[in-house]
Order: sequence, then structure tokens, then C-alpha cells
Amino acid sequence: MISENEGSVNKRNEPWRQELRSRLKAKERSLIARVKMPEVDADERSKSTVEVNIGLNAEIARREASRCLDCVNPACIEGCPVGIDIPRFVKYIEAGEFLNAARTLKETNSLPAVCGRVCPQEIQCEAKCIYAEKMNKEPVAIGHLERFAADFEQQSGKIHIPEITGKNNLKVAVIGSGPAGLSAAGDLVKMGYNVKVFEALHELGGVLKYGIPEFRLPNSIVDVEIESLKKMGVEFETNIVIGKTLTFEDLKNEGYKAFFVGSGAGLPNFMNIPGEDYNGILSSNEYLTRVNLMGASQSDYDTPVLKGKHVAVIGGGNTAMDSVRTAKRLGAERAMIIYRRSFDEMPARKEEIKHAKKEGIEFLNLHNPIKYNADKDGRVSSAILQKMELGEPDSSGRRRPVPIPDSEFEIAVDLVIVSVGVSPNPLIPQSLSELNTTRWGTISVDEEYLQSNISGLFAGGDIVRGGATVILAMGDGRKAAAGIHKYLQNGFGK
Amino acid sequence: MNRIVEKINLSELVVKLSIEAPEIAKKRKAGHFVIVKIGKKGERIPLTISQADEHSGTITLIIQKVGTTSHKLAALEPGDHVTDLVGPLGHATHIENKGTILCAGGGVGIAPLLPIVEALKEAGNKIILVLGARSKDLIILEDEIRKVSDEVVIMTDDGSYGQKGLITKGMEDVIMKNRIDLAYAIGPAIMMKYCSLLTKKHAIPTIASLNTIMVDGTGMCGACRVTVGNKTRFVCVDGPEFNAHEVDFDELLMRLGAYKEEEYSSFKEYSQAIK
Ligand SMILES: Cc1cc2nc3c(=O)[nH]c(=O)nc-3n(C[C@H](O)[C@H](O)[C@H](O)COP(=O)(O)OP(=O)(O)OC[C@H]3O[C@@H](n4cnc5c(N)ncnc54)[C@H](O)[C@@H]3O)c2cc1C
Ligand SMILES: Cc1cc2nc3c(=O)[nH]c(=O)nc-3n(C[C@H](O)[C@H](O)[C@H](O)COP(=O)(O)OP(=O)(O)OC[C@H]3O[C@@H](n4cnc5c(N)ncnc54)[C@H](O)[C@@H]3O)c2cc1C
Ligand code: SF4
Ligand code: SF4
Ligand code: FES
Repeated sequence: MISENEGSVNKRNEPWRQELRSRLKAKERSLIARVKMPEVDADERSKSTVEVNIGLNAEIARREASRCLDCVNPACIEGCPVGIDIPRFVKYIEAGEFLNAARTLKETNSLPAVCGRVCPQEIQCEAKCIYAEKMNKEPVAIGHLERFAADFEQQSGKIHIPEITGKNNLKVAVIGSGPAGLSAAGDLVKMGYNVKVFEALHELGGVLKYGIPEFRLPNSIVDVEIESLKKMGVEFETNIVIGKTLTFEDLKNEGYKAFFVGSGAGLPNFMNIPGEDYNGILSSNEYLTRVNLMGASQSDYDTPVLKGKHVAVIGGGNTAMDSVRTAKRLGAERAMIIYRRSFDEMPARKEEIKHAKKEGIEFLNLHNPIKYNADKDGRVSSAILQKMELGEPDSSGRRRPVPIPDSEFEIAVDLVIVSVGVSPNPLIPQSLSELNTTRWGTISVDEEYLQSNISGLFAGGDIVRGGATVILAMGDGRKAAAGIHKYLQNGFGK
Repeated sequence: MNRIVEKINLSELVVKLSIEAPEIAKKRKAGHFVIVKIGKKGERIPLTISQADEHSGTITLIIQKVGTTSHKLAALEPGDHVTDLVGPLGHATHIENKGTILCAGGGVGIAPLLPIVEALKEAGNKIILVLGARSKDLIILEDEIRKVSDEVVIMTDDGSYGQKGLITKGMEDVIMKNRIDLAYAIGPAIMMKYCSLLTKKHAIPTIASLNTIMVDGTGMCGACRVTVGNKTRFVCVDGPEFNAHEVDFDELLMRLGAYKEEEYSSFKEYSQAIK
């Protein structure tokens, strides 16, 4: 077993890594083709909730890991919002030291099995890999390798639970059990705090549970990570809405000295077009929550879900992709994405778009709904779509879609899922009138420690960013944990 | 998990449960509701907090049996547990002394109305309450209502108790004889629609507490959306009370039927399973 030498600055020069590098020439490494993630056949998977990506086996993972050049200046790390020591974990995989690889991941990322699955690697770590940036080749499959190492650890039953030393008996409350809250809780408990996470829903995990479907991120994977936090001493309480069941005042009275708010961007946006309130038109949050959190697609669960033959999902993000693929799995004959821009501008992960295409999802890009019609019972029966073309780039840098005059046409639909973004959950700001928010309703925080204008109250994730990503939420959780630590160690003052 | 401490059958279709929930009992105000879930595979349904006792740490829910979840809940006994209970949710009723208030409660709507009437009475209002039900045996909480009202009018569809006729007829009589400053209407959507039309005719400001379908109850899903004053509002976080004259009741009625077939088949399965 290679000894873990935490805290050393230049781990790249450890003998085992030097030895590993000398085994193969850089040229030889670069000639190995990037691994293809094995996946369940598209026909089969689109009829079940089985996870699409099967995962790499040890041999293939080690071969992929050997592509990594263990760069002197590994730019890939800069592309990771939580700064995972990517070459070190990858080299542990190449060396066959999979548990050490997992531990390396966990030094900075408490949910590697999740991130390996859902990070948009193509615009983060992998975009910065020297293969992609300088060599015009496919980057090292960092995400697949991360998933491999994390899954290996989960399955080994030898999950590393860091020993907590120096408990300081200070109580910190975390509000929301999404990735932001979980990562803040993980860091805080490691620093010796008594941490309790309060969650409004009856299940822990936030969007990881109620939003992202089983075929992309099995709930059991999230549960294992939550179990680890519990073993480290984090307490959890479900069915508590902070601001309603308990206020910040109550928590202060119970002895909580600092707060991290990771309450997410729960509020779904609608387009406010005629007919949008007909039955059979719902937000992706409602649709996915019914299926993922409430088990609505299984007959022995009480919650119902509407099934559609012709399903239109409006939007081009991950949420839209998850909804349309869920609709396909629930038996839709036509499951369509209706998106007002082109493939190039779609915010969804590239892998999800690819998977969706294979599963027979239809893409009506450069189309936008302007009106819905319903049958006599008020159930949506058709959508009027308008064709779009791309104009000049807008403030986001993406080319702005403009309607093509007189291009409207009607398509039959019996289920419409609106997936055009979310706004911050207003419950917390509503319950704390002195809290500063932006005009979008997000909580204003300082950039360094993510503290709000209320001293001792920190916030991060989607409640601060609007809709963002799992890894950015987790990065915020860590940053705020460091901020809270500083705040509490400096004698409780700002 | 919250333990049920008491159960009373108020009518064949309506039960009253007292449930241990100390935090909620402390926080709740008139107008608040909770979300309840029974069993791991259960559905989340909203129910108004009818009464609360901070001292014993209990809240009271009054449940009309309509479908699977309400039947499951009504089948629980003292000592049993509710799997999940979260609240208090929604905005509390705005309570102030307005003068004379006409309260219309239809069917089980009396349950959510009771705490509101109590609070309004305490604020110094004169309360005239019109209670409507299909027949005598469906009238609930009559004693409690009489205790906090200055005047009670009872209407039954079949004339088996009080006067025969719809609730709107009773309301109209009251409006003719009194100067009404504010009205409340709580009950089935169809009843609230007609109450609202009536008070609109007489230009009486009116508040309705809407009973949409809900899932999370925290503003996350949009299942509870209604159109009020031509704007989309979420009943769970913006409501449940709204200016009745601005509510699009036809849309509300349509949306309440959204899952009719699915609910019916779930209920059929449940009924067979318990036989
Ligand atoms: C369908 C879907 C697919 C996605 N796919 C991806 C993807 O592939 N990759 C990616 O990187 N990102 C993806 N995202 C985005 C990502 O999930 C979010 O950016 C991330 O979950 C935000 O984390 P968070 O911790 O800030 O909030 P959330 O995950 O939203 O968690 C917030 C939690 O706080 C709870 N809460 C709210 N208010 C209160 C309160 N008052 N008291 C107590 N608890 C409260 C909520 O119930 C919730 O559980 C996806 C999002 C969705 C909806
Ligand atoms: C804020 C709020 C407070 C409420 N307070 C109470 C209360 O104090 N006591 C009480 O008995 N009920 C109350 N309700 C209504 C209650 O939530 C529903 O009766 C319940 O969800 C039905 O669930 P079920 O599974 O038994 O029936 P389902 O199987 O879901 O429905 C059975 C039938 O009832 C209809 N239905 C479904 N949901 C509703 C609804 N929300 N309102 C009216 N009809 C519906 C359906 O169309 C269907 O035909 C409240 C609703 C809201 C939104
Ligand atoms: S956490 Fe995400 S960005 Fe960071 S290395 Fe892993 S996959 Fe890449
Ligand atoms: S940039 Fe690419 S090749 Fe270099 S260390 Fe990072 S992953 Fe390995
Ligand atoms: S019940 Fe989901 S938003 Fe109101």
C-alpha cells in the first residue's frame, strides 16, 4: 500500500509517481484512445429506470488513467471548482490504488460519486486538460475516472470516514440538504463543529433526490454519501421548514452560533403564455418530483403522475433533458424537446443530449411555444409553435433567438413540461426581512466567505447563484464552511 | 413521525385527529396548514390546522374522506403515527377589527374556518356565520362555531336541518339585513365561486382560502398555481387566502380535476386492498 502523505506540497515528486511516469513515454500515453463509457442499450434503458452509464471496470479505468501525462502544471485542476488534485487521484487509479484515489477525491469533494456522474466536465476539468487545450485530442475522461474510484470505494464497504478530532462543541445549523448544504456540513463537522442539517422535505439530498432521475444518478449513491456524513457525526432533521417550523431566532435560542443557508432555487418559472394553466401542463420540478421523490411511476405509490402519448418539454437544460427522457420511460410515443435556440447553445450536458438522441427523443430546436389549446375537459391538446432564427449575440454571449414571422404551426400534445428555469426559493428571504437580496431574489453575500449582511449567516449554492451546478453549490458549501470557521474562531465578531 | 393522541368521528365522512407536533403547535396561526404523508409510499396532502394547543403540544386536523390518503389518515387510531408532518405552511390570516364579518363555511370548510373565526372574534369583530352542508349529518363543529359567532345560520340542501337551500341563499338573507364589512368563504371550490359572485354583486370585499392540489407545499413545484388578478400565484407560498373576487375559480375547478382518473384508480386499489 502506498502511504498517504497528507499535507506534502509537491506530491508529484513522490517516488511512486515518478516511477509510474517512467513506465510509459508521454508519446505512448497520448496514443491510447479515450475510453468509451459502456452504456445500457438505448432501447432497453428507455423502458426502465436502470442507470444508463454502466461504469468502467478496473482494467479499463487503469488504461484510461494511463493516458494522463501527470503534467507539471496540471491545468485540469483549475477547471475544477473544488480544486480536486486530479493527476494524483488519476495516478492512484493507474497504480491500482483505488481506495487512495477515492480518498484523494474526498479531500476536497465530499460527493465524488455524484460529481463523477453529473458534472459538466466538458466545460470544466476536461476542458482544461492538456489533451483538449493544447493537443487537439480528447481529454482524459476525468469524470468517468472519478465515478470509478468513488463507486469502487462505495462497493468495497471500506468507506473512509475521517476521524474527527478536536470537537469544539459549537453548534452550526445548515439549512437545506442539497449539495451546498451537504458539503458545508461535511467540512464543518471535520473542523469539530456540532452540525445539524434541517431539510424541508421528507427526504435528504435536495435536487439530487427530487430532481435528477434514477437513470442518471441512483438515489442509493446519494444515500451512501449521506450515511458517511452521519457516521462523521452530522445530524439531520427532515420535515423542518426554516422560517416556518423554526425561525433563526429559535435556532439562536437553541444555541446555534452560525448558519449556512443552502435552500436552493426551488421556484419554477413559467412562460406566461395563453393556455399555460391547462391540465397536463406542469413544471419540470413538479413532474420530476412526482416521479423521483414520490415514486409516482410505480403503481404501489399513492402519488399520481400524468402520462402522455405526445409529450413536449420546453427548454434545453439538464432539467429539460431529464424530463423528456423520463416521459419516454413512462411510455410516451413522441417525446420532444422544444428549444428556442440551436444545439450549440443548449445548456444541458453534452452527454445527456447524446443519450437523449439515442433514446429516440425528438429535438425541435429553434422553436418556441406561444399558445396552448385544450379539449373540453381542460386537458391540453395542442401547442402552437413559432419558428425561430438566431440573431445577434445577447448579454450572455449566446445568439439571441428571434421569431420568424408567419411561421406558426400547431402540433398535437397531451402533456407539456415547462423547463424554462427556476428562481430562488423565497421562503428564507421572506422570513428574514433584514436580509439583503438582489433584484433576482438571490441572497447577497460577500465573495470571499459568502457571508450575508447578517453576521453569522452564510449562504451558497442556487439560493445565491440562481440555477447553477452541483459542483458550484458544493464549492460554495466549502467556502462558507471556511468562512464560518473564521467567523467563529475570531471571537464571534465580524 | 408524529403520534396521534386522539380521534373523534365528527360524521360518517369526517374525522378529527389530534396529533403531537409541539413545534408546529407553538408556531401556528389561524390560516396555516400542514402537509401530511402516510407511509413510505404515501402521497403528500395539505390539511388546515384547525386548532392547536401549545401546552400539550398538539395540533388538530379535521379530515374529510375523499380519496386514498384522506381515507388512510382517517383509518389511523390513537397511538399510531403519521409518517411525515411538516408545517405550519402558508401565510397566516390577516386579523384586524373590520366591523361585521360574514363567514361562509361549506362542508368540511368549517374546519379551516373555525380558527379564523376565533381570531376574528377575538379582534373584536361581530361574526355572522352561515354554515352549509348537504344534510344534517354532514354538519360538523356546530357547538364550537356557535361559541365564537354572534349569529349562526344553517343551510342544508335537503332541508334536514336549519333552512332548506344553498349556502348563497343564507348569505343573501344576511346581506339584506346587515351591513357587512368583509366576507370569508371557505369550502369546496364550486361553493366559493358562487359565494364570491354573490358578494361581488353586493360589493363586499371577500377572502377565499383555496384548496388546490399540492405536492411539496414549499413553492418548489407549481402544482398549486392559480390565476389571481390575471397573475399566476402559488397557493402554498402566496396563499392560501386570496381576494376571492380576483380568483379565476373556473380554472381552479378545472385544475382540481387534473388527476381524477389516476386518483380514482389509486382509491379503487386501496379500497380493494383493505377489504
Ligand atoms: C432536474 C435537474 C437536473 C440537474 N442536472 C444537473 C447536472 O447534471 N449537473 C449539475 O451540475 N447540476 C445539475 N442541476 C443543477 C443542480 O442540481 C443544482 O445547481 C444544485 O442541486 C444546487 O444545490 P443547492 O444545494 O444549492 O440546492 P438544492 O439541491 O436545490 O437543495 C436545496 C434544499 O434545501 C431545502 N430547503 C429549501 N428551503 C428550505 C427551508 N426554508 N428550510 C429547510 N430546507 C429548505 C430544499 O427542500 C432542498 O432540499 C440539475 C438541476 C435539476 C433541477
Ligand atoms: C391549503 C389547503 C388546506 C386544506 N385543508 C383541508 C382540511 O382541513 N380538511 C380536509 O378534509 N381537506 C383539506 N384540504 C383538501 C385536501 O388536501 C384534499 O381533500 C386531499 O388532498 C385529498 O387527498 P386524497 O388522497 O384523499 O384524495 P385524492 O385521491 O387526491 O382526491 C379525491 C378526489 O378529491 C378531489 N380533490 C383532490 N384534491 C383536492 C383538493 N385539494 N380539494 C378538493 N378536492 C380535491 C379530486 O379531484 C378527487 O376527485 C385542504 C387543501 C388545501 C390546499
Ligand atoms: S468535481 Fe467535477 S469538475 Fe471537479 S474534477 Fe470532478 S468532474 Fe471534474
Ligand atoms: S491536464 Fe490532463 S493530462 Fe494533464 S494532469 Fe490533468 S488530466 Fe492529466
Ligand atoms: S405545492 Fe408545490 S409549489 Fe405549491
